[in-house]
Amino acid sequence: TVMAAPMTNDQSWFYALALGVSFLKCLLINAYHSTDFEVHRNWLALTHSLPVSQWYYEATSEWTLDYPPLFAWFEYGLSHIACFFDKEMLVVPNLNYASPATVLFQRLSVIVADVVFFYAVKECCKCLREDKGKDLLGKPSFILTGLLLWNFGLLIVDHIHFQYNGFLFGVLLLSIARHCQNRHFEGAFLFSVLLNLKHIYLYIAPAYGIYLLRCFCFTQSNAVLVTLGTIVLSTFAVSFGPFIGQLPQVLSRLFPFKRGLCHAYWAPNIWALYNIADKAFSILGVKFRLLDINKLPKASMTGGLVQEFQHSVLPSVSPLATLVCTLLSILPALFKIWHRPNGARGFLRCLVICALGSFMFGWHVHEKAILMAILPLSLLAVDSRKDAGIFLMLSVTGHYSLFPLLFTTQELPIKIFLMLLFTIFSLASLKTLFRKGGALLNPLEVTYLLGLIPLELICEFVYPLTVWQKTFPFLPLMLTSVYCALGVTYAFIRLYNSLLTCSDTTKKTKMQ
Amino acid sequence: MENWSLFSLCVLLGLTSRWAVSFHSYSGAGKPPMFGDYEAQRHWQEVTYNLPVHEWYFNTTNNDLNYWGLDYPPLTAYHSLVCAYVAKLLNPEWVELHASRGYESHSHKLFMRATVLFTDILIYIPAVLLYCFYFCDGSSKQKVATALCILLYPGLILIDYGHFQYNSVSLGLALWGILGLGLGWDLFGSLAFTLALNYKQMELYHSLPFFCYLLGKCIKQGLTGRGFFQLAKISLTVLVTFALCWMPFLSDPKQPLQVLHRLFPFGRGLFEDKVANTWCSLNVLIKIKTLLSRETQLFLSFALTLLFILPSSLKLLSKPNLWQFKLALVNSSLAFFLFSFQVHEKSILLAAFYCTHLGFCLFLRLMFFLFVFFHSMLPLLVKDGLLLPYVVTSLAFLFLSLYLLSALERSTEEELRLGIYRKLTRHWLPKLNLSRIIKWKFWFSLVAMAVLSFTSVWLEPPAKFPDLFPVLVSILSFLHFLGFIIYFNLVQLMEPQRKKSQKKTN
Repeated sequence: TVMAAPMTNDQSWFYALALGVSFLKCLLINAYHSTDFEVHRNWLALTHSLPVSQWYYEATSEWTLDYPPLFAWFEYGLSHIACFFDKEMLVVPNLNYASPATVLFQRLSVIVADVVFFYAVKECCKCLREDKGKDLLGKPSFILTGLLLWNFGLLIVDHIHFQYNGFLFGVLLLSIARHCQNRHFEGAFLFSVLLNLKHIYLYIAPAYGIYLLRCFCFTQSNAVLVTLGTIVLSTFAVSFGPFIGQLPQVLSRLFPFKRGLCHAYWAPNIWALYNIADKAFSILGVKFRLLDINKLPKASMTGGLVQEFQHSVLPSVSPLATLVCTLLSILPALFKIWHRPNGARGFLRCLVICALGSFMFGWHVHEKAILMAILPLSLLAVDSRKDAGIFLMLSVTGHYSLFPLLFTTQELPIKIFLMLLFTIFSLASLKTLFRKGGALLNPLEVTYLLGLIPLELICEFVYPLTVWQKTFPFLPLMLTSVYCALGVTYAFIRLYNSLLTCSDTTKKTKMQ
Repeated sequence: MENWSLFSLCVLLGLTSRWAVSFHSYSGAGKPPMFGDYEAQRHWQEVTYNLPVHEWYFNTTNNDLNYWGLDYPPLTAYHSLVCAYVAKLLNPEWVELHASRGYESHSHKLFMRATVLFTDILIYIPAVLLYCFYFCDGSSKQKVATALCILLYPGLILIDYGHFQYNSVSLGLALWGILGLGLGWDLFGSLAFTLALNYKQMELYHSLPFFCYLLGKCIKQGLTGRGFFQLAKISLTVLVTFALCWMPFLSDPKQPLQVLHRLFPFGRGLFEDKVANTWCSLNVLIKIKTLLSRETQLFLSFALTLLFILPSSLKLLSKPNLWQFKLALVNSSLAFFLFSFQVHEKSILLAAFYCTHLGFCLFLRLMFFLFVFFHSMLPLLVKDGLLLPYVVTSLAFLFLSLYLLSALERSTEEELRLGIYRKLTRHWLPKLNLSRIIKWKFWFSLVAMAVLSFTSVWLEPPAKFPDLFPVLVSILSFLHFLGFIIYFNLVQLMEPQRKKSQKKTN
């Protein structure tokens, strides 16, 4: 079956999808926005009104500048356009200023910045294997475009909660695409730029480092290594150059370790499970009179504030411990691509594992960071059916864990509709793509994912009506985190499994 | 991808855009003392919950009819009553007699929007899905595309979820009626349409086609045999439905009269505000509103409506099939809109709605039409502060239709059914390329509408003519509508039946 209207241009469906999602984003302009809105407004104000030397010292607002300098320059550029919308938003003391013109400007800036993301997705589609003559809805590039452009997580984090992730992920995906196209210098350059835009991408820097060193540098002349080094260093120099005098201050802003092990909303990682275990042990210990209740620290783990506190039964976790755990978790993957690179696909797989490993074991991880694993995984999902299965598990679980970010009643239908939209699209399209060879998900996985429905009903509909809403208000969040942590951990294990078995098969073919 | 997943994606997109539009303002937000349609609906919940049935339509101390008195038939009142019960559970302040006048709060807005969404999901959306599934020709992808276009139709979304009304209930019920008739379930169809009529009296615009279609069908089956029984059954269904809906009002003869008096306010004059129909446009040249007496106005509008509606109804009576039925629906609603008494701008929704259903062959005119209609509602929407959703949804709908239906590529002469015009103009202008003229006209109208929209929003009108832009908008729309009604009447009266649509004729 062919689409009703004959396509005059082969790529017109791409623009239709891009335009469609942009219209949806425009409709969401009036939706709830979080404190991140004020954060960015503050940064617009301080980059506009203050001299460069003051940017990282300014502390009128509690939302100090904690992104690297290139992002500050980006905000500086935006502030010049902001003048035409509402000059008042650029005044630093105007805390929580949110006039309609301000909201319009900021929302539009995110929507327009997403153009980078669109371009990156287009480039990624070029890296896919295409079979000619297939039905449009079954084409891998169409499915990938849908999975990326209409990604639920990006939509609600960027266009409701308010952030600039679309633009940043655009740079990341573009860098990946360049590596797939063997334009490694550009890829490395883009990644350095990305690191200077948001330092959270340090999570995946090891994958880049190992891959580039292994594939690129040692197989060719030293000149290549030198060029690469020059590109990276000069990017950092341009970015940090003006701030060379204030480097300690900048670094202390970028890496604030005073915050607690778990972010307010408990990212679904290992530490969520660890905390739950600790809480369970302490409750059991008190019940069986093994512990004295007065010696335990107050039950502030279930509080929403960001604090440092000690665990009661299990050993406490320090930032260094999490760093060690993270490194241990990603080391096997790095060794794998060092010994058996497997080209761009191996690199991508390692990247996803690095992102997911850092998410699982990192210090003060925000659940938004799951997007760093989900988006690159989409590229693998349209290529192999095993990855498609892992992608489905990770994306549904990861996206569901973002639900607590939008806690207002007004946004409840939107997040449910959009979640269903994305889930149905990903399930149906990937199923069509990998029609031959059985189901993508085994019954256990399906049961787990279906379990999200009663979980949602309990947490958002039933629980608020019970008595416990007042005494244990954060129980639903805890439940969500723990349930999702199981899914994320499972996806992590399966990804590792696929990485290890993948290289085993290449070993086998080599021996034959 | 399988059909069910494509259809569910369409539904979810429709629902998302509806709820996203509902974030914006509603009619009369923050504008005491009268507010707007939103406050009217809330007030009806208050009235129906607190007062006994026999007081709902009367002017009493407790019920001031000047402040948004009930002027829809009983089913709306019952619907408001049900909503009021729910409202009372959530927050009694929302329906306190007298004390809740002008009540506005964020949670109340959420509640009201949720009631619209609920009835939409219950009544309108299933009807649209079934309609596309059974009555659209073409491959399954085309059906999905049609469903998407209908669900994302900006007019209904902006009026129901922006301005605030419950059009989806009456339109949905009427659509169920059409579905029933199309599938051959005449009784179900008549039941559904009667319910729609009892929800909003504006559905009278469509009643004549329904009547003529059913009557014609019965006549074809033979008035002395099966046809007579069928007619009797249908009439019985209709009467029983009416009786059930009006039961609380039948005890006292004064009641139904008062209700009818509220539903058809002949005392209010030929038209109010700026609406794109004949009387308003004529009023610019000759002040008929003041020139003619009330009775003459009534007579004139009645006569002209009848004049324009009779040919199409008679044709339907003689040839009762689905295609004629659809065309008659469009013609009838257009005729009523252009010539009837006390027409409100939003009534154009009824005519435009059925235009969407005419299927792929006619879509150029369809799109054109939908656009013009939509544009004539611009002043209303700007007043409500809905400019952003208006721009976004109409642009989205325009691009979607153009992309999915490849509008301008397929407008060959045959597609446009310009055969009629060909016959007429063959003698005078044999070399005319009509399809190209139509295309140019389309773009020209689009540009004119865009320019007018822009000026009406951003430019200040000259002091001598403060209403210049709304009037220009109405007149432009009116001219287009007149053109359309002539065109659709010609299509209905002179075209031979389409061979493709033989699928579900009875």
